[in-house]
Amino acid sequence: MSEHPPPSTGSPGEAWVWFAGLGLVTGLAMVLGLLAVITWNGLGVFWPKDILKVDFKEGSAAGIGGAPALLGELIKTQERKMGQAPGQPLPMEWQVFTGNKDRYGQMFKYFDAAEIASHSKPAGVARVERLEYGPALGFPRSLNQDDGGVLPATDATFEKKLREAISGQRALRRDLRRVEKNEIGAVNARIESLRLKAKRLERNPGDPAKRAEIQRKIDAAQTEYEALSARAREIRGRKSGARLVLALGTGEESEVPVGQIVDTWRPNDMNAAQKTGHFLAAIGSYIVDEPREANTEGGVFPAIFGTFVMTLLMSLAVMPFGVVAAIYLREYAHQGSFVRGVRIAVNNLAGVPSIVYGVFGLGFFVYVIGGSLDRLFFADRLPSPTFGTGGLLWAALTLALMTVPVVIVSTEEALAAVSRGVREGALACGASKWQTIRSVVLPAAAPGMLTGLILAMARGAGEVAPLMIVGVVKLAPELPIDGLFPFIHLERKFMHLGFHIYDLGFQSPDSEAAKPMVFATTLLLIALVVALNAGAILLRNRLRKKLATGAF
Amino acid sequence: MQQTATKTLEVLAPSEAPENPAYIRFLRYHFWYGAAQALHGIDLDIPEKRVTALIGPSGCGKSTLLRNINRMNDLIDGVRHTGDLILGAHSVYDPSVEVIGLRKRVGMVFQKSNPFPKSIYENVIFALRMAGRTDRRLLDETVEKSLRDAALWDEVKDRLHESALGLSGGQQQRLCIARAVANRPEVLLMDEPCSALDPIATGKVEELMHELKKNYTIVIVTHNMQQAARVSDFTAFFYLGRLVEFNPTATIFLNPSQKRTEDYISGRFG
Repeated sequence: MSEHPPPSTGSPGEAWVWFAGLGLVTGLAMVLGLLAVITWNGLGVFWPKDILKVDFKEGSAAGIGGAPALLGELIKTQERKMGQAPGQPLPMEWQVFTGNKDRYGQMFKYFDAAEIASHSKPAGVARVERLEYGPALGFPRSLNQDDGGVLPATDATFEKKLREAISGQRALRRDLRRVEKNEIGAVNARIESLRLKAKRLERNPGDPAKRAEIQRKIDAAQTEYEALSARAREIRGRKSGARLVLALGTGEESEVPVGQIVDTWRPNDMNAAQKTGHFLAAIGSYIVDEPREANTEGGVFPAIFGTFVMTLLMSLAVMPFGVVAAIYLREYAHQGSFVRGVRIAVNNLAGVPSIVYGVFGLGFFVYVIGGSLDRLFFADRLPSPTFGTGGLLWAALTLALMTVPVVIVSTEEALAAVSRGVREGALACGASKWQTIRSVVLPAAAPGMLTGLILAMARGAGEVAPLMIVGVVKLAPELPIDGLFPFIHLERKFMHLGFHIYDLGFQSPDSEAAKPMVFATTLLLIALVVALNAGAILLRNRLRKKLATGAF
Repeated sequence: MQQTATKTLEVLAPSEAPENPAYIRFLRYHFWYGAAQALHGIDLDIPEKRVTALIGPSGCGKSTLLRNINRMNDLIDGVRHTGDLILGAHSVYDPSVEVIGLRKRVGMVFQKSNPFPKSIYENVIFALRMAGRTDRRLLDETVEKSLRDAALWDEVKDRLHESALGLSGGQQQRLCIARAVANRPEVLLMDEPCSALDPIATGKVEELMHELKKNYTIVIVTHNMQQAARVSDFTAFFYLGRLVEFNPTATIFLNPSQKRTEDYISGRFG
């Protein structure tokens, strides 16, 4: 067209723009891919899967115990890599979830696809979630009631009766739990504190009347305890002996006590709307229920709660420390080589492996501070430690220590970004240095400080390694916050989603069964971190709007 | 206090000395930033309730001089001075003078408007808040009076509790003036207050100075010769850290006694 080069050759440096774009795309693709995998697998756990009936070829030994057929959910098909001569094509094999661990001794079965004669989705097959042994799969045959009556599955009222029996037993379990955990727990706590009081009195013998008084109180509480445990026994006695009889895929029958049934549904008979309803209900109960079966089943509520409370406590601990340190470093300290050194050290602290913080937390917080607290205030309970063992407070402080560099660095930057003009304006109005910082500099820097908090929370909530030695447990019997005085129990051990993931994936007795839960828990942890961050970001945006500055 | 400007450079004819008593007096004032000397032996008497303009090329020390009146330069490491600076009856360096108290007597408006990230209301009463005043009626009165003084009241009276950062540049600068006068200071220092403003906003600020000089002693640093001519009663010309000439503004602009002053004003250098 003209002497100008055609545009396709690009302007100088355009290749670098593309290169930078490629970098971004690669990063985004990896992150989104990871999220997609986690979301798909995590949510897939809750979708009711169809149950297949697989018939094996005549004379095949692939079935369980040589049975000619089985019922199961198809998990995956893959090439069998073992037991094959080199050069031969790899045969396809199926992995199905058969459940009925009490009968089969395992819940998964692998077999060669070549052994299959046919497979179908039979109507009427039920999946029964149980308190023990994992789910059972089978065709409901009958409900054998307490009084010896047998209600066949063909009866019109069968479904209704079964549901009634299940929800009746569920209510019973709830009652039992309330009595055993809350009421007996409260009485136990009272007896414990009375015993400690008695022990104290014994050590420095004082008023015998007082001792008698305490003994009387203990006796009264003991009586109360007896009454409650009698009630618990009574509730347990009301447990139904009814049994659901299932015809398993392998031919035999299996009886499931109704008291053991959590829920049952027939996936092959459900339409899309019913499946969606089940899916949502399953997610709901996953979030609000407590775990069962070595954490591989049930919900993760205690872990969500523990993670949430621990992260909040960590934020409460890290913000004051980080902000105060940053204010001193930036506003008051003489900017010399010493402060430069401190700054480099702070930045490097962010790179120290988190397990080192865990070890430090164990040595310093748990043993030194916790041990001293125990000796000073909880000497009556020794040798069993109160604060001298891992717990919520120490875990939060350890993580606060770990994330404090993040807060210091971002607070310092936010402080440095507050213009000199504004500071001088405040000083010229007759404000002292501290007044200037408090009333002008800190408000202007607040959004930047919250950015630091967001980064700290994201790092803290996802951290597992240090927690494993300062207070996280696989299964915590009690939540760190409950109705018993003093309501917030900072010394208690707690559950954590991150540790839950590790525990499910690598410590559980049946890793195949736990695998889907790993994804679900990971998804939940990410959702929790996103929710916490969203809260902080909302706060930051409100602050920014209030300040009408947008420079962070 | 009937002291006149006889202590300035000898070129200053006594007959042209300010008729008002001197309020701010520099006595053989030298000032250093570290090793670099910024002011050389300044003797200057700034009269009360007049506008005094400080002019001169960049780096001549006029802003340094201004910022020493409320000791803002104390914030910089390594500054020192000799000579004395008297505000009213006392040296600003008198050990009995607290810097914070001094700054309450001397309001300052900066080159770049610097409203605080607070509401208009809180901006105006900032100095009172810092002094611990909480009387609601006093604060309300101060806000209205100061904003009226700064000719901003009518524009913002309906949104006193909105962020000051939502105001236009000119409004922000007038807000800063309102903030500077809220504490009823004795002196108002203005460091190129109009350099970032458009002509209309500049006009408003200049009108304001005419009003304010009834009550305040105003010292203004400006690069704008026309502005100095328009607003000031007295003008001091600085060059390389020295006071070259200090005279009534009409004299400086129409009949300067120094060649360098004439060269600068007529645009031959600087």
